[in-house]
Formats: sequence, C-alpha cells, structure tokens
Amino acid sequence: MKTGAKIVIEGLQREGVETIFGYPGGSVLPIYDELYESSLRHILVRHEQAAAHAADGYSRASGHVGVCLATSGPGACNLVTGIATAYMDSIPIVALTGQVPTTLLGNDAFQESDITGITMPITKHNYLVKNVQDLGRVIMEAFYIARTGRPGPVLVDLPKDVCTTQVDEKSIFPEEVRLRGYQPTIRGHAKQIAKAVQLIEIAECPVIYAGGGVISAEASSELLEIAELAGIPVTTTLLGLGSIPCDHPLNLGMLGMHGTEYANYAVTECDLLIAIGARFDDRVTGKVQTFAPHASIIHIDVDPAEIGKNKKVDVPIVGDAKQILRAMITQLKKRSTAGSWQEKIRTWKQRHPLRYRSDGCLHPQYIIQQLSDLLKGEGVIVSEVGQNQMWTAQYFCFRKPRSWLTSGGLGTMGYGFPASIGAHFARPDEVVFDIAGDGSFQMNIQELGTVAQYRIPVKVAILNNMYLGMVRQWQELFYDRRYSFTELPPLEFVKIAAAYGIDGIKVETCDDVRPALKAAIETDGPFILDFRIEREENVFPMVPAGAAINEMIGGHPKQEEPEIPAAPIRKALSGGSPK
Amino acid sequence: MKPHTLSILVENKAGVLSRVAGLFSRRGFNIESLAVGTSEELSMSRMTIVVIGDDAQIEQVMKQLNKLIDVIKVSDITENETVERELALIKVSAEPGTSRAEVMQIANIFRANIVDVGAKSVVLQVIGDTDKINALETLLRQYGIKELVRTGKIALIRGAKTAKSAK
Repeated sequence: MKTGAKIVIEGLQREGVETIFGYPGGSVLPIYDELYESSLRHILVRHEQAAAHAADGYSRASGHVGVCLATSGPGACNLVTGIATAYMDSIPIVALTGQVPTTLLGNDAFQESDITGITMPITKHNYLVKNVQDLGRVIMEAFYIARTGRPGPVLVDLPKDVCTTQVDEKSIFPEEVRLRGYQPTIRGHAKQIAKAVQLIEIAECPVIYAGGGVISAEASSELLEIAELAGIPVTTTLLGLGSIPCDHPLNLGMLGMHGTEYANYAVTECDLLIAIGARFDDRVTGKVQTFAPHASIIHIDVDPAEIGKNKKVDVPIVGDAKQILRAMITQLKKRSTAGSWQEKIRTWKQRHPLRYRSDGCLHPQYIIQQLSDLLKGEGVIVSEVGQNQMWTAQYFCFRKPRSWLTSGGLGTMGYGFPASIGAHFARPDEVVFDIAGDGSFQMNIQELGTVAQYRIPVKVAILNNMYLGMVRQWQELFYDRRYSFTELPPLEFVKIAAAYGIDGIKVETCDDVRPALKAAIETDGPFILDFRIEREENVFPMVPAGAAINEMIGGHPKQEEPEIPAAPIRKALSGGSPK
Repeated sequence: MKPHTLSILVENKAGVLSRVAGLFSRRGFNIESLAVGTSEELSMSRMTIVVIGDDAQIEQVMKQLNKLIDVIKVSDITENETVERELALIKVSAEPGTSRAEVMQIANIFRANIVDVGAKSVVLQVIGDTDKINALETLLRQYGIKELVRTGKIALIRGAKTAKSAK
C-alpha cells in the first residue's frame, strides 16, 4: 500500500525529475512529509511566483520539464503569473498544487481556490485529481502533455485526502500514456515540404524568421545547416536568439519593435519568408498588413492553430521543426550565397548597425557588450522585462541555443531573478547572469533569501536608472515627457544584498564596468552589481506601436535603395494569392 | 459571416463544458447555440455548437477546439446533408375561447403538441429545425409568450457517413 503523496514523489522520479521548486503549506503537508526523506532536491523559494519562474528557467536552460509545488489557495494563486509566463512562451512545466480535501471542495473552505478554473486559460491542460486511483496516470499524462507537441504548462491539483489515501501498489502507473484527444502532428506533410523546397530554390530574396520553436525543437543545428546550404539570411525573434550564432555572416539579429534595422528591412523586402517556430506576434510584425508585403510565406509550426492566425500563409507545414528541416535539407540543392540580395543585406548591415552614443557616460549597452565579451558566448543569460531585456537582446552576442532565457509573450517583470535560480540547477557548472532593471529586480527581490540560503552563484547586473525605463521611454516619446509614476527613488542594492550576506559592487563609471563584471564572474557565490546607468537612455531603433516595421525611429536615415524587381516566385504558387 | 454547425466529440468528464465555453469567450467567438448530451459511447459526449463567423474565424475556432486535450474530434457539418432538430417549450397566454382555439390550431399546423393546459395558458412542445421554431414563435407572439425555452440545435449527417468520418 502507498499513499497518494508517495505516488506523487514516485511519479516525479519516474519522469527523471531531480530538482523541484516550492513552498509548503497546510494542504501540501502530506507531500512535504514524503519529500523529507526523498532523494528529490527541493529548493525553498520565498514566494510561490518564484517557484514557477524557477521551474520555467530550469526548463528553458535544460530542455526538460520544470516542476514547482505550492499549497492550496494563496500558494496556488501565486503561481499564476509564472504559469501564464510559461504558457505564453510554450515552456513545459508541471505545477503541483495542494487543495482542500475533496469533502470540502466547493465549500469556500480555508485556503480553497478553484485553481483549475483559474488556470484553465493559461495551461495547456490541468487536472483536479479526485480519486487516488487516477493519480499515477495523471502525473504521467501531465509530463507527457507538457513536453510533447507544442510544449506548455500543466497543473495538477491534489486534494489533501487524495494524498493521504492508501492505494494498492499494483497498477498505479499505466504502461503508457494514451490520450485519444491528443495526438500532435510530428512529421511534416511530404508534399508541403517538397513545395517549400521548390519555393526556396527559386526565391531571389529569401529570409528565415526563426522563433522560440526552433530552440524547443532542438533544431538549431538544422536551422544553421539549411541557412548555409541555401544561403538564406536568418532573423530571429526575441525567443529565437541563440538559435544561430550572433556572429554568423547570415545572422540578421532580432526583428520587430526593437529589432535591427537590417532585419526589418530584409523582411520588408524579401520575396520568401520562411517562418520556423514563430507566431507572427504583434511585437514582431508591427502593422501586420505591411509585414513582409512582397513575400510568399512558408510557415513551419507544431501547432496548427498558429498557422494563418495572424497572417495568411502560402505553404503551411505542421510538425516538428527538426524533422521538417531535416527533410528539407535532404531535398535542397546547394545555393550560392553570392548575389544582389546578399550584397544588399551587407550594405544595410554596414549602413545601419546598432549604435549608441560613446560619450564616456555609463551606457547600459556598453555594459552588455563588455559582459558578452567576457563570457564569449558561454553561460546562461537571463533577463527581466523592459529596457534591460531589449538592450541584452540587442547587444549580447548569443552563440548557443538555451543560453538566453527571457519572458517574451507575457513580458513578466520579476521573471529573471527566480528564472536564473532555476537555470543554475539545470546547468550548475555554468555562469548564470540575470540582467535586471531596478524596477524588475524589486518585483522578486525577496529571492535574495533563496540565493543566500543555498549559496546559488547567480550574478545580477542591475541596470539602475531609477526609472521604470521602458514605460518612461514611451512617456518621453508618446506622452510628452509626462513621467507619470515611473520614477523610482534611489536605492542601495549593495546594502540590501549585504543584509543577506551577498557581495556586491556599485558601479558608476565606464572604467569600473569590466573589473566589476570580472569580480562577479570570479566570485564563487551570488553577486549583485548595481550599475548607475545614464538615466534617460532609450532603446533604439524602435517601431512605434501600429507602424510598419521598416518605419523605425532612432535609427539611421534610410538612403535610397534600388528597387528589387518582382521575383518569379509569385508565379510559382498556384493562384498566387496577393496579400 | 454565416452560422456553422460544429459537431464535437468530447470526453465525458467534469469540466469539459467549461473548457469549451471558456475557449469561446476568451477568444471572442460567438456561440449561437450549444447543446450537449451523451453520445453513442458511454465515455464520450457530443456537443453541437452553432457558431457565427467567417471562414478564417471558423478555422481558428476548430483548431483551438482541437487543442483541448478533452476534445476528441471536431467536425464542421455545415456543408453536409444533415438532419437538424431543436425542441422548444413555449408557454402561451390562451384564455378559454377564441384565442385558445387559435393557438391550438396553430399548434396543429406546426405539429406541435400541447403538453400542459392551465386556466389561462397552454404549453406547446415543438420539434423542428431552427426556422420552423422561429416561425412558430413569431406567430404565437401576438397571443403573448409568457415563457420560452429552446434546447439548441442538434444535428447528424444523413446516410451512413458520420461526423467522425467527415473532415
């Protein structure tokens, strides 16, 4: 005989889980009692939101399912932001929540909340386990659903009495998961793949637009292979950074609202756009009608619902990006990377590089560049949300997949610090840096307690401008510099860290940047860097909301470029629907 | 924008209806009617949902429904030859005398049954497609409809073909 709580722990171990992040409470006491003697490592966070973000960070850094655990009611509700963050970025996590006993369900009992109801729109699936007989199967299904198809968070709600009930040892875990309503498409349609190959072969100005799906499908090497084989420039989304090495000649960097000018120009003028594991998000497309206006579009995605959702697609291919790209590579003939398109992109890159003023002031971009230079593409970079996130995306040179963890879809301030805790446990031998703003860092600053308790060697670089910088930037540009509630009072982060027994340095000049970063990297334990940056630095270039992505502000004046003649690719498409 | 009839096979489990209904509301899809009950298999329920939208919207509705783990099969049976039925109960004011006779005559023409007779009202039960019920409702309005309830449309494809085998 086994208790439900024992089944939960066994279920996690059967799935290969080693580390979980959680916070105890009344309804999860039976599970915590099992954890007491279990070989599972449990990290006690200081707020349940951090447990969810840490599980998310663990997952992004490792490629495995992350796990968090919280009690019923407030514990479960505190997970919500973290679950929604994982959902928007398709990150596989399993969230386990305690629940009041089944006999009290629906009675407004102490610390009861309908967490399956609350998380229905932000989970891939969720369960309320009312019978201990179902528990083993549910745990297996939860992990299977989380990691397969389009990955995502799954929540399992565990009433206290289900965890204490004993069950016969046999037949707890089924041999395999069988879900008749869930059969993700993995292999791409052969005819569609052939059609895509044909389009690539005749395209004159192709661009690959790679998203987070390339990273979750572990398809980065295939991406690079197809790009090199067919000579196709690659632009990535925020979540796709690292899928192609930043210094690769075919890399265009990020596109969209704070993308590079040359990436946005390339997409605007391309005749073939190959979207891989990307979803035509509004921060990428700007005004969607003018996004890639001359292009035929191939869209590779594991989720059929993403195809045609925001933009009409010519060749949809549903399935696993890695397998589809592999199939395409075997069919593609090698193409020269020379030609007028490549030449044009080279010119754009030369004329419109990312830039910032070098006037001796402490510019955040300089800090990111120095860090990038010191780490040489190694380590895991995590960010918060806002200007710190965009500067890192623009100026850090990512060379490997899973080296960049950030909340893209939901844009969750406070994500980075707890996520970097998760990243450390996924990759304990690597340097983990959280690039933060003074606003974002304060959203989960309580995790200094977790970092201190376990001596987690996470480094935090706070780009401190005493503003909620991104909102201030919008107020400067679009609200007549009326800085409504975006100024933050000065704060000595180094002293706060010291109270937790964590070392730190305040940095106020350019010359001190590199030594400070080095000190942080060379310290064994956690480290806080408080960079007092230029207060009103902006993130440029920038596509204003609702504008076309080639209408950027803060970029270089666009010089007249020769028109590209209409490509023959349109004719190759049966019907050639105009967009 | 036209009404589409979706036949949806779902797991017969708690919470499935709220998953489906929640999806419609949060994605801003308009449900015209929804009927749900058991199906030919004990472990499955069948929902018939009438939803209004253009082709792209209907495609999104179907794809999003398919993503729900508890949804087994979604079929748009609008373009098929179908048998469609809806049942309505209508409580109409019908004082003994002329108006009651007229109401009963109308019921007769529509092959509606009088399932309850009160001192001042009768309850009609009518089965038919949506148009027929709409027509009856319009005719009865002049006598005063005190209460009305409709089941929502249910539908099956004619012949041997099934929603499971349809696209």
